[in-house]
Amino acid sequence: MNSVNQMEVFETSIADVDRAEIKIDVRNLDFFYGKSHALKSISIPIARNHITALIGPSGCGKSTLLRTLNRMYALYPGQRAEGEIILDGENVLGPGVDLAKLRARVGMVFQKPTPFPMSVYDNVAFGVRLYENLSRSDMDARVEEALTRAALWGEVKDNLKGPGLGLSGGQQQRLCVARGVAVRPEVLLLDEPTSALDPISSAKLEETVTQLKSDHTIVIVTHNLGQAARVSDYTGFMYLGQLIEFGKTDEVFTRPATRKTSDYITGRFG
Amino acid sequence: MNAAKLLRRKVGDVAFKVFCVVVTGFALMALTAILWSLLSQGAMALSPNLFTQSTPAPGSPGGLANAIVGSLMMCVLAMVLAVTVGVLAGTWLAEYGGRSAYGAVVRFLNDVLLSAPSILVGLFVYEMLVAPFHGFSGFAGAVALALLAVPVITRTTEDVLLLQAATLREAGVALGAPLSYIIRQILWRSARSGLLTGALLAFARISGETAPLLFTALNNQFFSVDLRHPTANLPVVIFNFALSAYDDWRRLAWGGALLIAGTVLTVTVVARIVAKEQRRS
Repeated sequence: MNSVNQMEVFETSIADVDRAEIKIDVRNLDFFYGKSHALKSISIPIARNHITALIGPSGCGKSTLLRTLNRMYALYPGQRAEGEIILDGENVLGPGVDLAKLRARVGMVFQKPTPFPMSVYDNVAFGVRLYENLSRSDMDARVEEALTRAALWGEVKDNLKGPGLGLSGGQQQRLCVARGVAVRPEVLLLDEPTSALDPISSAKLEETVTQLKSDHTIVIVTHNLGQAARVSDYTGFMYLGQLIEFGKTDEVFTRPATRKTSDYITGRFG
Repeated sequence: MNAAKLLRRKVGDVAFKVFCVVVTGFALMALTAILWSLLSQGAMALSPNLFTQSTPAPGSPGGLANAIVGSLMMCVLAMVLAVTVGVLAGTWLAEYGGRSAYGAVVRFLNDVLLSAPSILVGLFVYEMLVAPFHGFSGFAGAVALALLAVPVITRTTEDVLLLQAATLREAGVALGAPLSYIIRQILWRSARSGLLTGALLAFARISGETAPLLFTALNNQFFSVDLRHPTANLPVVIFNFALSAYDDWRRLAWGGALLIAGTVLTVTVVARIVAKEQRRS
């Protein structure tokens, strides 16, 4: 573990991850909303087939960081990123990157459930239809597989033609997970996926996420420290646009290396 | 807080409430009076003949069949044109160019068109489609009505699309879908009742317009479904018959007025129900 004083104000501690394990390597990433400097020279390794949690108080930049990984920010003029995000050797921020293809590789689930105004089946098939021409039976199998992986199949299998918006909030969120995994992305980004859910639905979703890591690299932004501790393998703590600490979740939570991290996880501020 | 001040505020509150109720009462009285005369006079004209026979010569029996069919044809054609142009223009404003300077100009001009006097629209179409071809036609009438409906539909389309949550758009983008696909498959679907409401309100707006038809569709005494020629329509028939000296013509005018009012009322009520459904989902 190396401790360096990256910025003047805060002590930081960024642990190394075995190079062979790295799926996404974020290097010296800066992000701007117009003139406002939202991310300051972030470097964070995202480990393959592991769950990385990003924690920190509101406005610290954790969602912003997540939204650079699939270049979601590109939708909005005036937002820009500088630095490198290396996904399997290719710089995601480089010119000539096919955004549609990138987003097919890097899926995303949002804070609020966002089912499309169509049937459960069509919701899950939506992304698949964009890239693949599957026969009816192959598509049926793919939809079942995705819903099973999102732990929703049992609840909706008799009503696949029913509207996605007719499901409960927790089911809608798992539908969004199913929709995301149906296109078989390599990476799945989760932006506070349980903040709009009740505790029982949250627990179900957490369980789902834990099972998904065998096939996907997962990055989850969460406000809920307990959730980060329960589901993640690595944790990054962010504060005012900087990555203050990154390391194995056990270590960050039990032996935080910096004062700021220890203050945050013990609830001294937040 | 001193007591006098509190009392003054209470009195002011009551006075304002009473004022609001009285003013609303006046407005409702005027509306009731209009509806009452429309119902009492129009009901006398209602008979099967109204729908089966064409406009008569004074003193002969007749109905409004030619005007009803003519109005329907022109309104439907106008709506087809206006929905196509309006929905696409509104979508462009909401999803593509709305933030550019050109977008701002388009939005401003659309708002101007929204409140343009309908007689000007009639004159414009007269100059463009009637005078050069030496003839009034139902097509020209439909175009004039479409020009009145387009700004309404453009406006509501932009508004309801902007009401759709940004997250819905992002969710589509996150799956790698191109924007045009997201618009067609997700946003239009999600906004469909809002879009339908806008179209129904535009239809209600144009179904009673007289001025734009005076210079374009003119009128036709005979039953015809050929829009290349002058076409009978309810508003112009009402206009002509209501000003005439013949009792039976004036009765038909009342009947036509009742028909239009009934249609507009029905369409507006349907639009409200549809809009309510949108809010619920």
